[in-house]
Amino acid sequence: MAAGGGIDPIHQFEIKPIIGLRPFGLDLSFTNASLLMVAIVAVISVIMIYGSSQRSVVPGRLQSFAEMIYEFVASTVTGVMGKEGMKFFPLVFSLFMFVLFANMLGMIPGSFTVTSHIVVTAAFAFLVIGTVLVYGVVKHGSHFFGLFVPSGVPGWLLPFMVLIEAVSFVSRPISLSLRLFGNMLAGHIALKVFGGFVVALLAAGGAATIIAPLPLLLAVALTALEFLVAFLQAYVFAILTCVYLNDALHPGH
Amino acid sequence: MPVRSSRSVRQGWAGFVASGLTATLVAGAAQAATPSLSGEKAAFPPFDVVTFPGQLFWLAITFGALYWLMSTIALPRVGAILEERAGTIARDLDNAARMQAKAEETALAYEAALTEARKNAQGIAQASRDAGAKASEERRHAVEAELATKLATAEATIAATKTSAMSNVRGLGSEVAIAIVEKLTGQAPSATEASEAVDQVLARG
Repeated sequence: MAAGGGIDPIHQFEIKPIIGLRPFGLDLSFTNASLLMVAIVAVISVIMIYGSSQRSVVPGRLQSFAEMIYEFVASTVTGVMGKEGMKFFPLVFSLFMFVLFANMLGMIPGSFTVTSHIVVTAAFAFLVIGTVLVYGVVKHGSHFFGLFVPSGVPGWLLPFMVLIEAVSFVSRPISLSLRLFGNMLAGHIALKVFGGFVVALLAAGGAATIIAPLPLLLAVALTALEFLVAFLQAYVFAILTCVYLNDALHPGH
Repeated sequence: MPVRSSRSVRQGWAGFVASGLTATLVAGAAQAATPSLSGEKAAFPPFDVVTFPGQLFWLAITFGALYWLMSTIALPRVGAILEERAGTIARDLDNAARMQAKAEETALAYEAALTEARKNAQGIAQASRDAGAKASEERRHAVEAELATKLATAEATIAATKTSAMSNVRGLGSEVAIAIVEKLTGQAPSATEASEAVDQVLARG
């Protein structure tokens, strides 16, 4: 991990090709990020598909875990969008699981955090907003844009309100992607920095060596916090997805 | 410490500000990463535009696969399992409720039969008691009637005895009177006179 003589907290975000692929002059190499993405899908598939393959009425360990996640996401979806929101359940579920396991697998030392790259989180955010727009327009036509026109606003205020609503709508994918990206990036940098402090203090020798355990304790606490953040950000992403999709289901305030 | 990278980011930001572009943070970040396009190493990796197509390509494949796997296999299956379980539980509960209703019904029927039997027993007891009472009453009546007859017979006997005794007493009285008068006067009265005299005395008292 040490690059250039010091401990580089950015090194962990580097993308390294494993199998080179360059069709049409585009770099589509299978990288460490791609490997983690495949691993994420594999882990989720093992839990959800292998876990439910017994179809037992009295579930085993893995099956009850799969059922627990299913019911957790399903209750989130129906809680925000109601029963009809279940048509978006596979999307919300896939997003939640992908983000959750991207965050969790990223916590394994030496691995890679897929969600610490803004292009990934932005792709998810635009997928959500794209779904909202396409579904909203297909389902409700021009009525969908009533979303930007709050009811019960005096006429002279309406242009401003429409502007504000439009800005808030446009800022949704940005905040959605930046929140996840920023949390994962900052958390991993902080962990690495504190880890680096331990090494640096130990290397310095003398009195510095004695206080070296302090950043180690902090790093341990931060690791616990990062696990919490990893889950929480996946949940926040899923619930905001539900809230935005709810606009497509029921436009108008 | 992130000396190298933070410097490059700072340079990027300077370039961004200098360029005077109005852009979002994402665009700004992309701006910051631009030097790496020109071959310079050590761009901040998350903003390294060169990696974007590859990441998006693999993300599309993996997420598409995940969505397909979840929506066609995993979620319907888990949903079916949960539904089946809910159905099984509901059915079992239904069965249990039905069984309980049946048990309660049986208990009620048993209770009713018991009440009926008790009532019957009471009826029988009453009837036998009545019959006993009637029989003893009849017997009592019969005994009483018999006793009354015996009493009447006895009374009649007594009366007859008394009458005959009384007539004997009169005869004896006249004979005694004749004897007394004969002793006193030396002359016996006639039997008729004596019996008249006795009748007079008896009538006086």
